[in-house]
Amino acid sequence: MTGWERFADSFLNARVAAEYLPKIVEGFGLTVVLALCIIAAGLTAGLALAVLRSLGVRPLNWLIIFAVDLFRALPPLVVIALLYFGLPAAGLSLSGFAAAWLALSLVLMAFSEEIFWAGITAVPKGQWEAARSTGLGFLPTLRLVVLPQALRITVPPLTNRTIAITKNTALASVVAVPEILGAAQAGVSFGFNPTPLTLGAAAYLVLFLPVVVLGRWVETRFAWKR
Amino acid sequence: MTWADFTLAFFSLDILRQAWPILLSGLVQTLLLSAMVVPLGLLGGVLLALLSTVRSPWVRWPLMAWVDVFRSLPPLVLLVFVYAGLPFAGLEVSPWGAVAIGFFLNTGAYYGEILRAGIESVPAGQVEAARSTGLSRGQAMAWVVLPQAVRNVLPDLISNTLEVVKLTSIASVVALPELLFQARQAQSVTFNATPIMAAAVAYFVLLWPVVRLLSRLENRQLAGRR
Repeated sequence: MTGWERFADSFLNARVAAEYLPKIVEGFGLTVVLALCIIAAGLTAGLALAVLRSLGVRPLNWLIIFAVDLFRALPPLVVIALLYFGLPAAGLSLSGFAAAWLALSLVLMAFSEEIFWAGITAVPKGQWEAARSTGLGFLPTLRLVVLPQALRITVPPLTNRTIAITKNTALASVVAVPEILGAAQAGVSFGFNPTPLTLGAAAYLVLFLPVVVLGRWVETRFAWKR
Repeated sequence: MTWADFTLAFFSLDILRQAWPILLSGLVQTLLLSAMVVPLGLLGGVLLALLSTVRSPWVRWPLMAWVDVFRSLPPLVLLVFVYAGLPFAGLEVSPWGAVAIGFFLNTGAYYGEILRAGIESVPAGQVEAARSTGLSRGQAMAWVVLPQAVRNVLPDLISNTLEVVKLTSIASVVALPELLFQARQAQSVTFNATPIMAAAVAYFVLLWPVVRLLSRLENRQLAGRR
């Protein structure tokens, strides 16, 4: 066998690929579901915290800032490990999927709160005052006047952050979730051939390459050029 | 479960006393690891950013593809591919080697994107002025463009560096005895979550000042975009 043949037999083995492709496809579905659950929960919680913070209740804001700082400083894998391996000591067992979902949602919540909040504070005070003086209440002002302006400038950083954090779904393989990487690793150890890893890497490219290119486009499209 | 059970499971001083030396050795490894991968990623980033100033499409397009591919692959996937895949190609890599390769590819791509944006933010007149004083292209880049570029994207560079330091925790997956790995070891021996909790506290204490600094810089940046 030449070097190339040996390489192809290891990394691009058609027989192994055919055998493990269904598992990788299942993993792909699981990765997408996990990612969507994280995005939904993380962004909702982040926006909710930013809105709460705009109420200006001091002790509440300190709490929010602390939570945000906490989940920005902790590595996501440490949070997952704490939830998955730590909570059982408290008599509470989470499945790997639930632990990964909760941990990454908390991380996305922290990062998105920070971005939403920066967006809200970037809206000039005069906008608040003008809206309130027309008789709008606090929440309608926030919803109809401030947030639409705030969200526009948050789109580029929010898109990039969300992409970066959804890629962390691969960390769920550490807590035995058979998403793409988990399925691929299982394939490697059963088949004793790294082709499933090649498939897995390809699956991530199929999933994230369009998203990364989209992020690039969003960055230029929404750039605040004056 | 009572409060006493809870503190016993998560904040046991007894366990902490036992696990202390191994946690400390993990912390040292994490710091060493960071001291290796941050310069390595920066090196890769500077190379990519310098290449991006070449106008030829033969350089531009492959470069863009390279950066987007390595930003699309989750770092853990890259790491597992290098660590578990390369031995099949006859290349045995140590955990440190695998982390070095994986981080060079992944963080290099991110630093590269940031530095490229920085270089593009420096007005062309700067290069022209520098060249007209007799500086060579290389000198103009090194002494005039890069310093301004770095200053313009400093918040992004710091933010990425924070992410890289947090990311070193994935080295635990390839059994590199850094902080999270040691904490997991101690947790599985003692059946107690205190070591992981202690690791989380260590990460937080280490990185909180950086998060605070960033939060200030980012707020200023976004507010300035109005």
